[in-house]
Amino acid sequence: MKTTLTFALMDPPFESARSTTAFRLIDLALRRGHDVNVFAYEGAVYLAFAGQKAHANSVHGTSVEDEDHPLTRDWVTSLHEAAGARGTKLDWVNCGLCVDERGALESVAGPRRGSPADFARFIEESHNTLVIPTTE
Amino acid sequence: MSKKQLHIVDVAYRATLEEQDDPVVWLCHALRGAGASLELLLCGNAVAYGVRAQGVAPLAFGARQQQRAPDLTGDLTRLLAKQVACYYVEDDALERGIDSSWMLDGLVGIARDKLPTLFAGYDQIHRW
Repeated sequence: MKTTLTFALMDPPFESARSTTAFRLIDLALRRGHDVNVFAYEGAVYLAFAGQKAHANSVHGTSVEDEDHPLTRDWVTSLHEAAGARGTKLDWVNCGLCVDERGALESVAGPRRGSPADFARFIEESHNTLVIPTTE
Repeated sequence: MSKKQLHIVDVAYRATLEEQDDPVVWLCHALRGAGASLELLLCGNAVAYGVRAQGVAPLAFGARQQQRAPDLTGDLTRLLAKQVACYYVEDDALERGIDSSWMLDGLVGIARDKLPTLFAGYDQIHRW
């Protein structure tokens, strides 16, 4: 049975393994054919920020190319492409106020600007919702 | 019929000075405004949100003084006024030396061992 799952994310990128876990869960849900909603709240709006740049790493002794630094914006894009290829839906909403207060205005293609009203609708329309919050 | 949600604030004072509120309490206001049926549970250090006699001075860095500080009890009061039941874990308050008589009117204390009974009354529980 095709289900719809909602994820509420709160962590910014490059701060916590929780973000990576969230991406793993979303990827797995899409692989299994489920529709997925994401509500990116607070720092999580930076997960899709288009201004992220890969860097070289002098400690590793690697160039930009060799380092192949992971960028969450690329993962967001990849998840949207995967959803499209599998015929499933990924509706990724960035909280608009959270975007504004951080100046995270440029998002990669895929996510859209929204509000907690979208999250309220996601909760109603989903089979279940998983909150992955920022913790201490 | 809308799903009945319980939102649990498990991490207290998360960016409250920068955001001028608790972001989950704020989200509860916004969700309620969008028509959601929800209630709120404060646990751990977040039980302190319910203490009436609290205040925070506006931040000042250099010559820049922030004019508006967070008002956590005010935010809870306004949430209660929107018919959103708000609970706190009594055991967590006691462990922190917080007397129940200090708490905001309308805030309901609940013993930790009664939480499963409380949880059974919701379609979804969101632990933040």
